[in-house]
Amino acid sequence: MNTKFKFVLVIIIFAGGWIMGSNNNVAPVITSSMGGASYSGGFQSVVSVSAVPQRTTKGAVIVVNPGDSIQAAVELAQPGDTIQVMPGTYSETVYIDKDDIHLLGVIQEGARATMDGLGKLNDAILYSGNNVVIENFRITQYKGNGIMGQAGNNLEIRNNVIVDTGIYGIFPQLGTNGLVEHNVVSGIEDAAIYIGMSDNIHVAYNEVFDSVAGIEIENSRHAVVEHNNAHNNTGGILAFVTPGLPIKTTEDVIIRNNFVLNNNTPNFGAPGSIVSGIPAGTGILVMAADDVIIEGNIISGNKTAGIIVNDHSFATTLTMDEESDPNSDRTMILDNVMLNNGYDTIPEVKAVALTELHTGLVDIVHVGSSNGSCIINRHRYRTIGIGGYAECDFTNTDSTESYLLAGGAEPRVIHSSERGEIAYMGVCTGCHSYRGRLIGPSVEIIQAMYAGNPEGLVEYINAPVKKRDNFPPMPAQNYLDAETQMAVATYMLALEK
Amino acid sequence: MGKFSTDINRSVGEFRLSAVLLSVLLSASASQAQPQHTLADQCPPSFALDSNNQCRLRNLYQLYDSLQDRGLGGLKTALPEHRDGFSPQQIDLGRLLFFDPVLSGDKNLSCANCHNPALGFSDGMDRSVGARGHVSQRSAPTLWNSAFLKVFFWDARAHSLEEQAIGPLFSDVEMANTPEQLLADLNQVDAYPKLFKQAFPDSEDAVVISNIATALSAFQSSLISLNSPYDRYAHGDAKALNPNELEGLNVFRSFVARCSQCHTPPLFTNQQVAVIGTPEPAGLPRDIGAAETFDAERLRGGFKVPTLRNIARTAPYMHSGRFATLREAAEFYTKGRGHAVPEGEELLLHWHISDPNLTDTELDRLVDFMGALSDESFMPNVPTQVPSGLLNSKTSISLVTASGE
Repeated sequence: MNTKFKFVLVIIIFAGGWIMGSNNNVAPVITSSMGGASYSGGFQSVVSVSAVPQRTTKGAVIVVNPGDSIQAAVELAQPGDTIQVMPGTYSETVYIDKDDIHLLGVIQEGARATMDGLGKLNDAILYSGNNVVIENFRITQYKGNGIMGQAGNNLEIRNNVIVDTGIYGIFPQLGTNGLVEHNVVSGIEDAAIYIGMSDNIHVAYNEVFDSVAGIEIENSRHAVVEHNNAHNNTGGILAFVTPGLPIKTTEDVIIRNNFVLNNNTPNFGAPGSIVSGIPAGTGILVMAADDVIIEGNIISGNKTAGIIVNDHSFATTLTMDEESDPNSDRTMILDNVMLNNGYDTIPEVKAVALTELHTGLVDIVHVGSSNGSCIINRHRYRTIGIGGYAECDFTNTDSTESYLLAGGAEPRVIHSSERGEIAYMGVCTGCHSYRGRLIGPSVEIIQAMYAGNPEGLVEYINAPVKKRDNFPPMPAQNYLDAETQMAVATYMLALEK
Repeated sequence: MGKFSTDINRSVGEFRLSAVLLSVLLSASASQAQPQHTLADQCPPSFALDSNNQCRLRNLYQLYDSLQDRGLGGLKTALPEHRDGFSPQQIDLGRLLFFDPVLSGDKNLSCANCHNPALGFSDGMDRSVGARGHVSQRSAPTLWNSAFLKVFFWDARAHSLEEQAIGPLFSDVEMANTPEQLLADLNQVDAYPKLFKQAFPDSEDAVVISNIATALSAFQSSLISLNSPYDRYAHGDAKALNPNELEGLNVFRSFVARCSQCHTPPLFTNQQVAVIGTPEPAGLPRDIGAAETFDAERLRGGFKVPTLRNIARTAPYMHSGRFATLREAAEFYTKGRGHAVPEGEELLLHWHISDPNLTDTELDRLVDFMGALSDESFMPNVPTQVPSGLLNSKTSISLVTASGE
């Protein structure tokens, strides 16, 4: 009885609304996004097609043939070298713990250098160095990630085909200045492309499909995601904050000119994973991320909603983190083409829809509190929960080309006197004091032997020879670069106490 | 180094003294332990003395950057912000206090009982033992590299070294002292007022609780371990890790094992709270951990991610020492998400607790790699005598035999 009564009431209110609407059928104000003000609130934009600085001198080229080990070539390579991997199958984990290595697959008549994890190996390529380029591989059947970085600034991951590979296809983490473009990634249990805790990132011209998440920008800042095709995933493109991670914010993300199509694949994420909570049929998801601009996308056929903007309370499986701001502030929605979204939505969205007496398709749904969000041409879309959105005072992001850093992120500049002190204090003082013996001889004794001869001291620390019977041999310090070795030798010889 | 006795057991109550006896003993011992203590005027290894008589930490990681200056990343990544700037005298006074049982209510426990340098500044026990033989709820964490930490205690309830230092001193189940008693006792020891004056020349009355906390913090912040085989590898020595250790590093940072997602280099902790669901010792209730600190049920059973530096020195493992070896600790992560969570217990497990199905070989290699995180080259000198003259029943004896002084 009660239910039927409510239902009737809803009908009456709807009818009233319709009548009023028809009586006030005024043409909406249309805002042109051609020309007009551009977004100016983001990171300084540069016109840049690369993230890795151009090499000024050509290094060696090391060719890897089928049957050879790619890792052996990496170990051989010096910074500045290029490794070319010929077509064929390679089953190994490659790790690049040095700077400025270009690892290039060679494509011949469509045949690629294929890394096959055989369902047994963990990750295909790990890197930690700066200025690393990884191109043209086919990667399949790894259990962990296709390409993963922990640290490493200035990276380019380009033109790789990654199929049925573990948790993440491409996952740069804790780096600055990265370009991920022209990759085709599919069949990934979490995110096909996952930008985690990184700054100044450009994700463009990738095709991501048949994965739980297409492209994920998580706890990262200054990212442009454009010209990608995200289709047939559980969720297409996500920008969010995961609480409990040590870097707390996602800010300043432009998601523009992408295809976000039919992302209705049932969620096959691992239980407990962050993405396991994403409802199938999510086009674009913004969760607790700030300053996200959504512009120029074709968002179509996503059955839950075209764009979902929410806060952390929507996700009951997330941890508590008092340092993590749960709200999505300043979401900015410009012109997008939105077709046939939300045709089979989830109960949570239906419940919010009911509060606004909204029925039918759902292009945009906003749940939770938000400050400073805006939209243009809102009349075009079927929306829920955006009553608080103002009219944007800009109509496009044309003035922002990319958030990459021109010339690359610079390494920390350390003056040579400071470098000498750092190395002496950080390493040498465990065994040498200025006066008196610790484990090795005193600095005073060393100074007497090498006065005016830092080169001789450098030579010794590179390849120590045992000089004193009752002293243990000194380990070689040849891992320090030449500049640091000279700096520490000079510093030690000048030490006064 | 490395020759300390590890023979420490729980019966620390046996040398308890009556208060009367104690004051007799204190004055007697103080007069015996005469002239010695002049505080160091040089910084410990890895610290440079600046023109303000402050010790400034120097290490090779200062050659690098990190994202958002958070000190997290990969091999050539800067460390998190650290505490330094204490004077050589403050550090040295902190060292003497650290090893002096006069700090405890019953004069039987020094900080070193639970943070024994011979045992990675831990105590080799599953759960530490405080005053009157009280077995605490949790194990003693290492103090190595605590200069880089922002939160302290397993449940992340303290936010500075000073706050941490005060906790055990006045906890009824740890050192069980009171501020009044502690100050009275220190003033009774002939040497301490003078030593405090050396360390805190600007203090009117130098023997105060805040100076005790400062000195203990100064000493703890000097415990630097950043020259392990791993570190040499990180700085560029490709041969510093043997093939097994290298294989272990790659398992460690792989997205199958995911160790490095929380034990993130270069400190090997991301300093966050994680709920991983390790089993409690038989018969004990669930330790709710950080849920109490943050008044948040979602953090039930959550604990601060500990550093793995010198981890091979600090068995047993986890907040209640449930695992005797590193192998068992590593194996916990591959036995299945939530496998040790008892029926009816609701824990919101961390998303990286998964089902990695690591092989036995991979577990062995992880243990190998964790062993390559050991470095005690900046081990401080353990004093042969402490100003109070009180030699602790167990630790001091074993510590003294190993001392370089």
